[in-house]
Amino acid sequence: MIPGAFEYHRPGSVDEAVTLLTQHGDEGRVVAGGHSLIPMMKLRLAVPTHLIDLGSVADLKDIKAVGPVIEIGAMTTQHDLIASDLLAGACPILREVALTIADPQVRYCGTVGGNVANGDPGNDMPAVMQCLDASFLLRGPKGDRQVTARAFYEAAYFTARADDEILTSISIPAPATGHGYAYEKLKRKVGDYAIAAAAVVLTMEGGTCKNAAVALTNVGDTPIYVEAAGTSLVGTPVDDGVIAKAVAAAKAAAQPAADMRGPKEYRAHAAGVMVDRAIKRALARAKG
Amino acid sequence: MNKTAVKMTVNGQAVEGKAEPRLLLIHFLRDELGLTGPHVGCETSHCGACTVDLDGKSVKSCTVFAVQAEGANITTVEGMANADGSLSALQEGFMQEHGLQCGYCTPGMIMRAHRLLQENPNPSEAEIRMGIAGNLCRCTGYQNIVKAVRYAADKLNGQREAAE
Ligand SMILES: Cc1cc2nc3c(=O)[nH]c(=O)nc-3n(C[C@H](O)[C@H](O)[C@H](O)COP(=O)(O)OP(=O)(O)OC[C@H]3O[C@@H](n4cnc5c(N)ncnc54)[C@H](O)[C@@H]3O)c2cc1C
Ligand code: FES
Ligand code: FES
Repeated sequence: MIPGAFEYHRPGSVDEAVTLLTQHGDEGRVVAGGHSLIPMMKLRLAVPTHLIDLGSVADLKDIKAVGPVIEIGAMTTQHDLIASDLLAGACPILREVALTIADPQVRYCGTVGGNVANGDPGNDMPAVMQCLDASFLLRGPKGDRQVTARAFYEAAYFTARADDEILTSISIPAPATGHGYAYEKLKRKVGDYAIAAAAVVLTMEGGTCKNAAVALTNVGDTPIYVEAAGTSLVGTPVDDGVIAKAVAAAKAAAQPAADMRGPKEYRAHAAGVMVDRAIKRALARAKG
Repeated sequence: MNKTAVKMTVNGQAVEGKAEPRLLLIHFLRDELGLTGPHVGCETSHCGACTVDLDGKSVKSCTVFAVQAEGANITTVEGMANADGSLSALQEGFMQEHGLQCGYCTPGMIMRAHRLLQENPNPSEAEIRMGIAGNLCRCTGYQNIVKAVRYAADKLNGQREAAE
């Protein structure tokens, strides 16, 4: 369990980090909280020869509201998300999901930027970011660009981020006041990745659903935004018949692999159950 | 790969050592500094036996490189006793409540519980259980560990009240 040898860099700014990444190409890798990368390095599934630590880069660790948008710096830890009063008021699903990730020690280190940039289908934040229609801000040698969470994930460990780009922050359009939300995650034990999980955010007005989004974790190579599940709820009172339609849409979109968490059929079924529970809990929380 | 100098404060003492960048903090503490309180259990970031306090956070020292801890302030179980050498409330709690059997998980449990009580001085049973969810114990069934943490919380709260 000893990682391969590497040279360690500790840049003080994002631009310096981008320069290092550009210099070292394939051999370079940034480390944020290290709680996905270091375990992979110990197994030699990752063998970067230049490790670029973002730990001393200033300005990547804050949570702020900029008009109707919530901006979260990439190096904000899961522990910070749980402790944030701003998020508890404006976007409480992030606290709910962070609490389902790993254990307290891992949450003190693991960052939201690392969780969404990693590209592991087991990570919980990506589906939630798709559900919230978040965008990721990337900085590379040619400057900044934004990619939506819904367009970011290409395959397991392949994302729209180029090798020489750093994810600097996440922008989330603040969900409407009074929105309902839930993250339902089925797992074998604390600290386990999901057998299946579902994120739901919806808004009700006068007993009718105004908008709704549904996304799934760990039932495919990437997180899955199930547009059809959301649209089947919109314009309805979200009664049991409509919920069943959304569940069917989610199950049809799920493409789980069989693994030690169970056979495909079981995991697709579990995804449906998670969507059902998440919609009902979101509905109970929604005002209007 | 060349070794680089690493400086940090461990249990209140400034220390300096040499580390290859790939050296994990757990090995730096145990092999370079001779602090064998933090244990290597799983080596895969799951068991928490290697937990130390690093700049006010509980971290699994098998999942941090020593070079990342440059300049950090670290406490291991060796730094937990009171200044006069007597056992701290948590250590006493583990003794009184029979919170250990083989003792392998204990240094990690104590370091994690230490930070938990700093953040939440009066945790419920459920909060203690979730608070130590990253620490595995193969012996006790956790019941007495939870009691030990509660013992320490009561003792520390009593001392705080008496001081007020
Ligand atoms: C025991 C255990 C249980 C876990 N359980 C869960 C779980 O249930 N759910 C879950 O979601 N996660 C889980 N994790 C993973 C944990 O949440 C990680 O911390 C997280 O996935 C990655 O964040 P990090 O900051 O540690 O990233 P790192 O490990 O530092 O990096 C991960 C990857 O992302 C890249 N990267 C990181 N930051 C950036 C950036 N700013 N720009 C560009 N690339 C970047 C790195 O190069 C690397 O390839 C678990 C981890 C452990 C050890
Ligand atoms: S040895 Fe570090 S978590 Fe088990
Ligand atoms: S006392 Fe033996 S592992 Fe906990």
